[in-house]
Amino acid sequence: MSMALSSFTPLYTISIPSGGRWSMRIGRGKRLVVRAEGAGANAALWLYRADHPAERLNVPDTLKAQHTAKISLYDVLMSDEGRAMATVVHDTVGWHDPLSGVETRADVDRRYGETNFQRHRNAMLRSGYENVVKELVRNGLDAGDLVPPINLFSKVWCDESGRMHFVAEFAPKGSEVGLRMEMDVIAILSNTPHPLDPRRPYPSVPLTLAVYQDEPTDPRDPRLKTDEARRAMENTVWQYALLR
Amino acid sequence: MPSLAFDRRRDAVTADTRLVLPSGEGFMCTLQPGDVLRIVDLEGNQAVDTLFFDADRPYDHYSAVKTIAEQGNIYLTTGSVLLTESGRPLVRIVEDTCGRHDTLGGACSAQSNTVRYGHDKVHMHNCRDTFMMQIAMHEPRLAKRDLAPNVNFFMNVPVTPDGGLEFADGISGPGRYVEMEAMTRVLVLMSNCPQLNNPCNAYNPTPVEIVIWRRGA
Repeated sequence: MSMALSSFTPLYTISIPSGGRWSMRIGRGKRLVVRAEGAGANAALWLYRADHPAERLNVPDTLKAQHTAKISLYDVLMSDEGRAMATVVHDTVGWHDPLSGVETRADVDRRYGETNFQRHRNAMLRSGYENVVKELVRNGLDAGDLVPPINLFSKVWCDESGRMHFVAEFAPKGSEVGLRMEMDVIAILSNTPHPLDPRRPYPSVPLTLAVYQDEPTDPRDPRLKTDEARRAMENTVWQYALLR
Repeated sequence: MPSLAFDRRRDAVTADTRLVLPSGEGFMCTLQPGDVLRIVDLEGNQAVDTLFFDADRPYDHYSAVKTIAEQGNIYLTTGSVLLTESGRPLVRIVEDTCGRHDTLGGACSAQSNTVRYGHDKVHMHNCRDTFMMQIAMHEPRLAKRDLAPNVNFFMNVPVTPDGGLEFADGISGPGRYVEMEAMTRVLVLMSNCPQLNNPCNAYNPTPVEIVIWRRGA
């Protein structure tokens, strides 16, 4: 089942401007769709378990369980507790980058020129690090809870020597990725440049987010690509069997 | 124990701390700026899961993604500067006779073992248990949430151009070592990996040696 953003009525939508940030609690069985309103988008995404945020997206566990260094359709985003947090159930892009993190304030000043609020008011350029720390604190967490995100819409590939290659303007305008939440999460998103994006000035385009009603994934769903993904899904099902 | 006579730069005999860390055990220490920490893969093909924290701001932990994005390469070796999430330098790798080290694979845990190898593997020893016990006993400022993705010294996790990732047999050998110099006050948290289900340590976890030279000593 692949739903385009326009095919169903969303429960909620919001536009995120260039440099913007967002977080919201999303329940198990809801689907978050992120749409790029321009070419070359990048959206850093973090997931924390809503009722126990010490459990959060674990990129290494997600990658090694599924033998991948990229995120694509029917990959499962896993927590550090071996549970499925979300499943990629819709993807027009084919590659989302889990390797590169976000830019800091110093990176943004160095790469795009120094900006500050006093001079630039709300045209001040935002950094992914500051964006996520603010959202962590807003949700009762702090900078110590920061872990690697998935950079939606961005492709970074590695050659044999390990060198990282960023593919410029990889995702065309209108690209979409849909994440089915397998647990109740705090989703945090920063619409800020990818750290390896060579474009200047500040490369960031608006995003549209929408949340739809959906159903949790059945661990027996044949679209799951690995036994590891199935076991992570079972671990989530068992936890929710005890909670609800 | 193999001879340490290959040592060119620093003679371990002059070190302030030397200890052998068996597999399945953990270690914590604080390094002052200029202190040098060496980890020796005594028997080869071992994996040493290691986390670093700014000792004065322990919330600012090692960031695998910040570190590799800044150097533009996913492998750590001589010259790599390990950074915190906020971009502060923690340690610089100053000598490396292994060649490269992983920072994408993270640590094994009881729970990730259930995903990777089967639900029945939940009771096996794992690095996160070691990390949790170390911080519980030695560092009250740290909690489970501070256990961010770590470095795996001596571990080989090749990534292919099409985005594949494998745990491969190690490229390390007996006596290979990696040495790092502290660039600030650094808290080091280490687990000598007890994983028995994959080739990260050749299915045979073995001891490593930890050697520390104190700059001010």
